Amino acid sequence: MALTRREFIKFTGLGLAASSLGMLGFGAAGEAQAAAVRPFKLTHATETRNTCTYCSVACGLLIYSMGDRAKNARSNIIHIEGDPDHPVNRGTLCPKGAALLDVVHAPTRLKAPRYRPPGGTDFKEVSWDFALDRIARLMKDDRDKNFIAKNVAGTTVNRWTSVGMLAASASSSETAYLTWKVVRSLGMVVFDNQARV
Amino acid sequence: MSDLQSQDYIRRSASTMTPPSARSHEDEVAKLIDVSRCIGCKACQSACMEWNDLRQEVGHFEGSYQNPNDLSPSVWTLMKFAEYENEQGNLEWLIRKDGCMHCEDPGCLKACPAPGAIVQYANGIVDFISDKCIGCGYCVKGCPFDIPRISKTDHKSYKCTLCSDRVTVGLEPACVKACPTGAIMFGTKADMKHQAEERIVDLKSRGFDKAGLYDPAEVGGTHVMYVLHHADKPSLYSGLPDKPGISPMVEAWKGVMKPLALAGIALATVVGFFHYMIKGPNEVTEADEAEGERVLDETEKTP
Repeated sequence: MALTRREFIKFTGLGLAASSLGMLGFGAAGEAQAAAVRPFKLTHATETRNTCTYCSVACGLLIYSMGDRAKNARSNIIHIEGDPDHPVNRGTLCPKGAALLDVVHAPTRLKAPRYRPPGGTDFKEVSWDFALDRIARLMKDDRDKNFIAKNVAGTTVNRWTSVGMLAASASSSETAYLTWKVVRSLGMVVFDNQARV
Repeated sequence: MSDLQSQDYIRRSASTMTPPSARSHEDEVAKLIDVSRCIGCKACQSACMEWNDLRQEVGHFEGSYQNPNDLSPSVWTLMKFAEYENEQGNLEWLIRKDGCMHCEDPGCLKACPAPGAIVQYANGIVDFISDKCIGCGYCVKGCPFDIPRISKTDHKSYKCTLCSDRVTVGLEPACVKACPTGAIMFGTKADMKHQAEERIVDLKSRGFDKAGLYDPAEVGGTHVMYVLHHADKPSLYSGLPDKPGISPMVEAWKGVMKPLALAGIALATVVGFFHYMIKGPNEVTEADEAEGERVLDETEKTP
């Protein structure tokens, strides 16, 4: 397209006039007011109560997941905050608790048992059956070897002192009770159920 | 509580028109940060990033517990750690949660040239409407507290929203909820002032004679207030301004200069129009034509 100097200036002026009209608001006339505030993201999320995994303070959590548990919807945790009805924390959380979402979705999170054979250098993922069988086997062997039925005075003590157990720190009373029963029934004496108290 | 639509605007950036503020029976909200109860755990920071889906890249240790080192487009609130040796020679660790103060008279809004990019709701929240933001950075200059940060990713300005999305549906901001010591409280501005008074009485009885509320009148009061043990010296708290004020440059350019400039433009247009009517267009005379030819010839001759 060949343009004379005069035509070029005319077109430029026209363009300027058009964009000025747009700037004056004629272009956006009738446009609906866009929603200003970010929409609340938990409106229909599923709310689940749970206990924080971190320490033995055991703060109450509200875990929000997307989806309403319909058959075809797969849940995914999208937000975690304190449970205001929980007597321990009444809605508050510590910095670690407030960042729990990133623990849930951490790429380094342990999701299956891992096993490093004696002399091995790497951990490899194994099945729960393998892991539990192996733990049971080793416990049985050790207990058979080191179980102390009577002390020097001849009193029955039924102690198994060579193995200890650390259980979950944020256990409920029921879980703690069961753990205690299982561990003590084996004669195990070194045992902690609340890691930081 | 409102649902924070345009009907709730009481102020809108770069707009000569005052918003109609159709909803007038709204309680003003406020966040009260009691510095004397803060233990610096940063739960508020975690909760803020979690709720707003922001994650700052892992940085480097800079010699302070402050982490990250500064506010950023993805760090809307930050615990600032200051070490202060008092008159008795004792160390006081003054930890202040920094973030938007939600001023009654917001400098960012005044400085903003993008219509509707910064708005103030009737409940007092000053919010950035990102899709209208042009990323010019005037709000950074206009802010008396140095809060907004421009994103290098989408070139828009970001800061604390006082969780307007939570407040809209009747919840408290995420940082307030998380705070394990109750150092951050949320409620109506009147209730928060009352709460602060009680705390100040308590602090004074514990020997902090200068304890007081930080709700600076220079910016018309704020919707984020502090209870300080040294209210006479706010600058001890990592440079909290003693007398916060909107930069005189912003006040001048957006205040006095704006109508003057408009009048200037109008005057130029009017004068131009009348000049054209009286004198007519600028025309090329015979002499001009001849001179032009001569210059052209000369240029063509010179190699």
